[in-house]
Amino acid sequence: MTTAAAVLAAAASGCGGSGGKSGSSAPGVTATTVTIGSHQPLTGPAAPGYSANSAASKAFFDYVNAHGGVHGRKIAYKYVDDAYNPTQTVSVVQKLVLQDKVFAIFNGLGTPTHSKVVDYLNAQRVPDLFVASGCGCWDEPAKHPETFGWQVDYIREGKILGDHISKTYPGKKVAYFSQNDDFGQDGVKGLDKYVPPAQVVSRQTYQPGATDVSAQVQAIAQAKADVVVLFSIPTYTALFRLAALKLDYRPTFVVSNVGSDPITLDGLLESFAKSGGTKLSGSPLIQGMVTDGYLSSPGDASDSWIQLYKKIHDQYIPKLPFNGNIVYGMSAAYTFVQALQNAGKNPTRKSLVDGLEKTKLTGPGLVPFAFSAQSHAGYTGAQIGVIKGDVIVPQGQPVTTDDGGGPIQPYTAPQPQAPASGVPPAG
Amino acid sequence: MGALRLTLVRHLAGAAAGLVALYVLTTSVGPYRDLQIAQAAYLTCAVAGLTVLTGLGGQISLGHGAFMAVGAYTAALVSAHWGWPLAAMLAAAAVVTALAGVLVGAVAARLQGPYLAGATLAFAVGLPGLANYSHLTGLLGGQNGLTVTPPVPPAALGETFPLERWQAWIACLGAVVTLFLLANLTGGRFGRTLRAGRDDEIAAALCGLRVARLRIAATVVSAACAGLAGGLLAVVATLAAPGAFPLTLSLQLIAAVIIGGLGTLPGAVWGALILVFVPSWASDAASSSGLSHDVASNLPLAIYGLVLIAVTLAFPRGLQGGLRGIGGAARRRLPPSVRRFAPGGGAPGVPATHRGGADEPTTDQASVPDPEGAGGRDDDGGGGAGGRGERLRR
Amino acid sequence: MVRFVNLTLAGITQGAVFAAVALALVLIWRATRVVNFAQGGMLMFTTFLAWTVVHDGGSYWLALGVALASGLVIGAVAERVLVRPVEGGPPLNAVIVTLGLYVLLQAAAGMIWGDTPHSYPPAFTIKGLSAGGTRLLLSPFDLFVIGAVALVMAALTVLFVRTGLGLKLRAAAFAPEIARLQGVRVGRMLTLGWALAALVGSLAGVLIAPSVFVGPSQFDAMLVFGFTAAVIGGLDSPAGAVAGGLLLGCALSYVSGYISSDLVTFGALAALITVLMVRPNGLFAARTGRRV
Repeated sequence: MTTAAAVLAAAASGCGGSGGKSGSSAPGVTATTVTIGSHQPLTGPAAPGYSANSAASKAFFDYVNAHGGVHGRKIAYKYVDDAYNPTQTVSVVQKLVLQDKVFAIFNGLGTPTHSKVVDYLNAQRVPDLFVASGCGCWDEPAKHPETFGWQVDYIREGKILGDHISKTYPGKKVAYFSQNDDFGQDGVKGLDKYVPPAQVVSRQTYQPGATDVSAQVQAIAQAKADVVVLFSIPTYTALFRLAALKLDYRPTFVVSNVGSDPITLDGLLESFAKSGGTKLSGSPLIQGMVTDGYLSSPGDASDSWIQLYKKIHDQYIPKLPFNGNIVYGMSAAYTFVQALQNAGKNPTRKSLVDGLEKTKLTGPGLVPFAFSAQSHAGYTGAQIGVIKGDVIVPQGQPVTTDDGGGPIQPYTAPQPQAPASGVPPAG
Repeated sequence: MGALRLTLVRHLAGAAAGLVALYVLTTSVGPYRDLQIAQAAYLTCAVAGLTVLTGLGGQISLGHGAFMAVGAYTAALVSAHWGWPLAAMLAAAAVVTALAGVLVGAVAARLQGPYLAGATLAFAVGLPGLANYSHLTGLLGGQNGLTVTPPVPPAALGETFPLERWQAWIACLGAVVTLFLLANLTGGRFGRTLRAGRDDEIAAALCGLRVARLRIAATVVSAACAGLAGGLLAVVATLAAPGAFPLTLSLQLIAAVIIGGLGTLPGAVWGALILVFVPSWASDAASSSGLSHDVASNLPLAIYGLVLIAVTLAFPRGLQGGLRGIGGAARRRLPPSVRRFAPGGGAPGVPATHRGGADEPTTDQASVPDPEGAGGRDDDGGGGAGGRGERLRR
Repeated sequence: MVRFVNLTLAGITQGAVFAAVALALVLIWRATRVVNFAQGGMLMFTTFLAWTVVHDGGSYWLALGVALASGLVIGAVAERVLVRPVEGGPPLNAVIVTLGLYVLLQAAAGMIWGDTPHSYPPAFTIKGLSAGGTRLLLSPFDLFVIGAVALVMAALTVLFVRTGLGLKLRAAAFAPEIARLQGVRVGRMLTLGWALAALVGSLAGVLIAPSVFVGPSQFDAMLVFGFTAAVIGGLDSPAGAVAGGLLLGCALSYVSGYISSDLVTFGALAALITVLMVRPNGLFAARTGRRV
């Protein structure tokens, strides 16, 4: 007993002392730096793909820092591994807030993880910007005034895809294949608002981590669905596609934004689609997949944002594959730089949040943010696209909607061009 | 009788000293250190329970993470639905998990060695998956799990009393109480019979011990500790979610048992400290290293793997065993009263020759040579999942 | 009916891979009485090496050869360097060392190849065969997988039962002292046992890679299910490992198809407990090892 206590005391006291210097105006802000933090799955089951997001954000911040920073301050981005384990999320976020004294939390990834620190961050009045998850739950300004979403939420996305399906494939048999968590469930909620129930012939789910989805694919194939909607992450989009190939089942695929990045899918499917040994541009297995997007498509070399991101990618993180995750991470970082500029020459936590509620940010996405005092939701819509080669070719017009019963409306303003310097113009 | 009372008094004094030390420690560090101490404290509960089961009972469990999940979900549910106070919440976590321990124990008592390891491993993987079952998601919250309202420090402590310190106090009290109870339990008849059942099943049965029942009892005690640990996790991390109880957690617990020193309660504390502080330190080292993304991301994992291997190779009897070996010579010069506590301390009738890892409390390696040498062939099959000892049974 | 046939076929294919991993675990258990938790990491690492060969333009068969050869080497080195010092020590220490090796290999793979999963080519087409106008969930590649596992199983049986080397291997594992007296180099035999096991494991990795992709944590489930299969079959029996693998594969497929895909891991637990309640040492236990 005594030994046990002594061991605990000795060892823990050896690590005592809390770091962090007192900042001038706000925690994490000095005359030359702004320190922000994040929790990301860098190892473990959720690391595939997502671990690149934070590297891309960091590369973008490094680029901005090299070009003068924001109001003369450099952004120091500390992202810590939580292995997608909520207990570790709580621990690393408290470390970032209490010990590293970060100014804000940026782009914390995952619903099961981030939902466990939202109450804490708001109680501590730490700005919690641009959560990397499409859960509608970040948009609760009354309860969580510090928390802001960023990507289009899954319900909005489901509505937009559902609307497209009901208009383009009237009377056809539709099947759903969705991830068994809020991502899939919210997506299906949105779909069900537009796809008539009589048309839906099969609803299958999968558990992230499962190694075999052939039972689900077979059930959908047996129901003879003409259209299959996938609310899945890329590996499971690819697994579904392979099982369909096995069964010679050729429906029209409608895939959520998260699971449809052509470059990532190419990487997963390239070995199955080589014809005569020549490598094709874009896997034949994904051609014609319908999806939706709210950012530029990574394969679109003529896009000004992609040109900017590619330049930064080649300079800072050339080893990572240039895919949708890189575009995502850099775009989120771009929005953060805009938000920091809006917070004024001497940013405080309050001025950062107020700035987001008051100023309408534009770019890099196709549609506007919902940010206002009444809404903390991120992108409000998306545009339907079809995979052709390595690129998602936009169809029709971007549309916006809400996450309730509101209508889907076309959005006509064009997507802004990337600034020549790459750094958002000071607002 | 006198010896027993003396042991009890010594344990009480130890617990009191531990509480005082922890009070001083928690009030002198910052809130994040308090949080880490709280984590180490609840892990100590789970590891201590497991070290009794595996070290003294000879039963391996790779499924203690699942017991923690039961405890955490129980605490979260009784707190959310019935608003039970903190103490009742933690008691419920321990009791419900103990009941689960009866079930698991009944199955486990029939198994041994790798079969027990396999069954408990499947338990660790399968049970948290239940939370995702569509008919239970309403109750258990599916993949997102449940959020627990953080405990409120009593008003008497003042307005500005940090929540993390309060959480640390709760968790440390839980750990000290667990260690105190386990020390008395294993030092008494229960511990002796457990060891007897482990060392020689047939002899124990001949002596009238009901080995199967004994094993179930050990599993129940151990499960209750893990349940309390889970309840404390729910209070400290304010959550219960399937992602918080991956197989990794169960494997970390058994690793902590071995690294600390199989069967020793101080070893359990060592193990828990390593689980909390090594990854945190490695993560700091990695983020300030300036290495490329892929390397820096995986560096903490690599360090953790190396620590597992290095400590096991360097200290086959765990850190506690290693320390005792080093300190043995020095300690012999001190008067006996200064010799410290260890589980089962002073228990008569424990043959000095029993071989079960590092749980010989009264026999320092330096003073009483192990009949087979420190790393000698281990014939008790104590851990179960390996070792040549099993061979001799065939 | 088509559904049942297809679920069974999917179960058998998946089960064949579980069986290969189970075989690797059984070989090591028989040789050194250690449950090798690093098996999942070892086969992940060798599959990555094979992927590198394919990625650089090498043929499928060359890559397979590289995987098998590197498996032999990794297995031998792991036994010689890491496991030998803890052999004969407290039994759980060996488990923790293999656990550490697993973590280390996973981290190393992440450092070298990154976290993004990659595509791995199948040896033959994955397009399903037709029977009576219906496509089955059974492709020429699946047949190759099943055939390869059956072949390995047969080869191992011949090795252990019919050859002098096999006899030495068994002697070293089951009666090291006597074997040593008879002039068998026991240490060398144990190393060889590990190497052989790792070779079988690396074959399993290459066989499953097309359907789970190649990434540092893509093979985690293989160890869990492989171990479960080995326990179901009985850890001392290679035939049991194969039977356990097939049984588990089918059980998981039926749970997924007929009950709920959410319950697959729980189904594995249920299958394992059911078997162990009836046969505490697995289906193919040589004799009841349990006393009392």
